[in-house]
Amino acid sequence: MITLDHYLYLSAILFFIGVFGVLFRRNLIVILMSIELMLNAVNLSFIAFSRYTASMDGHVFAFFVMAVAAAEAGIGLAILVMLFRNRRTVQADDLTLMRD
Amino acid sequence: MEAVAFYIIAAIAVFGALLMITRRNPLAGAFSLVVSLIALAGIYAMLRAELIFILQILVYAGAIMVLVIFTIMLLNLREEELEEPPAGKIKTLIILAAVAFGCYGIIKVLSGAPDEVPRVPENFGSVEKVGELMLTSYLYPFEIISVVLLVAIVGVVLLAKKVI
Repeated sequence: MITLDHYLYLSAILFFIGVFGVLFRRNLIVILMSIELMLNAVNLSFIAFSRYTASMDGHVFAFFVMAVAAAEAGIGLAILVMLFRNRRTVQADDLTLMRD
Repeated sequence: MEAVAFYIIAAIAVFGALLMITRRNPLAGAFSLVVSLIALAGIYAMLRAELIFILQILVYAGAIMVLVIFTIMLLNLREEELEEPPAGKIKTLIILAAVAFGCYGIIKVLSGAPDEVPRVPENFGSVEKVGELMLTSYLYPFEIISVVLLVAIVGVVLLAKKVI
């Protein structure tokens, strides 16, 4: 039998893979995709809780998270394209303008 | 039967996510992430979330990932611009994950989340029911989300345009 715990553990594992991607990859595209993965893990928690408490509010929140993720992906990729146009790089290590 | 399906789908989702963060080429990573997202859509179907299942495939695996893949192809990175895959950092990940799962176990023991699967009506999670909730209890958040999307559209056009 599948309990709420199974879904929450899956969600936590996916979230951690996302955190690992953000922390240890230097390619900005991969970092953005890791953020998408983390948002998805949160969505899974929302849907699982919503099923196990028999209320549909979690579905509405998952919908909102998806809308924000779409906006975030659009803006993030536009910034990426602009960065690449100006600096010719998408590696986070090469973008130290604020530190220098 | 349900358990077998869950473990298979969960394994595909985790495997796709792991491939995504370990591939050197971002395009390979993007396709792995699509696999992971579609597997998650399967999990949503198991949880009786009909609307979210459809939106996951349409919006995430469809629209957002197409946008990402378009950008990767547009930038057209050369071989020497790709980074080396992360190595020797696995220990940090294991420590982080152990701490997090430990915290989760403590919270679980303290709170006692519900384990019984409650019975839900036939149309639980259907487009009609979720839409009804969205346009009654969550009307204001719904409107604010539409403003967020509008601002995002305008912002993207402003950012990506060469000369304004």
